[in-house]
Amino acid sequence: MDAKALNRALTRIAHEILERNGSAKNLALVGIRSRGAYLAERLSKLVGEIENTKVLVGYLDITLYRDDIQTKLEQPIIQKTELLFDVVEKIIILVDDVLFTGRTVRAALDEIIDFGRPKGIQLAVLIDRGNRELPIRADYVGKSLNTTLKEEVVVKLTETDGEDYVRIVPKARGRTGATKK
Amino acid sequence: MPLKSKHLLGLEGMGKEEITLILDAAESFREVLERPIKKVPTLRAVTVVNLFYEASTRTRISFELAEKRLSADSVNFSSDASSVKKGETLKDTVRNLAAMKIDMVVIRHRSAGAPHFLARFLEASVINAGDGAHEHPTQALLDMYTLRKKYGKLKDLRVVIVGDIRHSRVARSNIWGLQAMGAKVVVCGPTTLLPWEVEKMGVEVFHNLDDGLNGADVVMVLRIQLERQESSYLPTLREYSQLFGITKERLKLLNPDFTIMHPGPINRGVEISDEVADGPYSVILDQVTNGVAVRMAVLYLLSGGEGKFEETS
Repeated sequence: MDAKALNRALTRIAHEILERNGSAKNLALVGIRSRGAYLAERLSKLVGEIENTKVLVGYLDITLYRDDIQTKLEQPIIQKTELLFDVVEKIIILVDDVLFTGRTVRAALDEIIDFGRPKGIQLAVLIDRGNRELPIRADYVGKSLNTTLKEEVVVKLTETDGEDYVRIVPKARGRTGATKK
Repeated sequence: MPLKSKHLLGLEGMGKEEITLILDAAESFREVLERPIKKVPTLRAVTVVNLFYEASTRTRISFELAEKRLSADSVNFSSDASSVKKGETLKDTVRNLAAMKIDMVVIRHRSAGAPHFLARFLEASVINAGDGAHEHPTQALLDMYTLRKKYGKLKDLRVVIVGDIRHSRVARSNIWGLQAMGAKVVVCGPTTLLPWEVEKMGVEVFHNLDDGLNGADVVMVLRIQLERQESSYLPTLREYSQLFGITKERLKLLNPDFTIMHPGPINRGVEISDEVADGPYSVILDQVTNGVAVRMAVLYLLSGGEGKFEETS
């Protein structure tokens, strides 16, 4: 997936979000750090341009809600969660780059609900790579990829990596870190 | 980069990277404390024992809150309501607690080195919450966090620590920590209240308060430890107050945008006047708020288990 395809996928998702929810009113896009945060920003801009309005954006760091925090050797660096609006009665569109096991999304759902009771939460992802471990599915998908556990999905974005692309690569041997870094 | 040790015993020998890691993590936990639900499930599986062999209000409550806000289970122990009264030794007490499967011990003890002693034979992580006149690392970390938040950096700040340096674990931890972060540390007090060879810790020493305050950015006022003053370190409190008390007039010697700190509890009118303690430049209550975030950061960073960093998405 190159920069053009990535942009087209996001534009389509922006339209689908509006189609499903009727308007941008009451919507808030919440990105999961780190790359989901940039995707949420891009989507909010796209949705805002279509509707000629501004759409709320927030950022989540789900580290403190992970289910493997007690079993890792090293504690991951925590970044800030920034939800500078009231989530109560909002429709939250959760945004992430890759949907894989579903554990990140589970953590994000718990974290958002600790901020209040939104009217609804929907999930938008750039890539759905399958291999779910939890009963979670996305409402908006940029592209579905059939992958095996021996592969990694690499997402690069201009904001962090200088260019936009998505690639499937063989999983590096002996590697234990998250694939997104 | 993780912390090098699974214990936090002191700041002596701790480098800039490790201190920065803790202060950065504290920044994230500060945000948690502003949320509608000030609690995260991070340490759900962790049991912490707070062992307080010495009186404490701020530190004990601050640790307890930090543990609760991370969803850890905490158990409190104070020496005057326990088998210590019946003659049980520290080692036996802690071995018994360890047999109850605890993960972390927060300890305050009147003897320097007590936490180090526990760390030698305990599986659990040990956090020093003040050992005698030795170190009080989380207090120094929260002081550094508070200063970094205000000035954006610690490097090249001139920090004067005034008062009873000899009995102060807060002073010792701050001297190590602040110097590791590149700040200039000055100590100031009567000769009887400075440790021998304190200049070997790399600090400037003044016996005259006005000379010490001249050109400083931060004044850390220490408490005169009335409970440790039997052996005539001071002629009278009145004299100390006149020579070393921080008053409004003396603040003129400081750099603009200066800060007044105090680890508490305050003896008002002895080491610090009322108007200075309550002035707009005083960050004494910010120190307390930040203390919870800093302790959450320490608990979080020391709680890593064994295993692999698994992929989530």
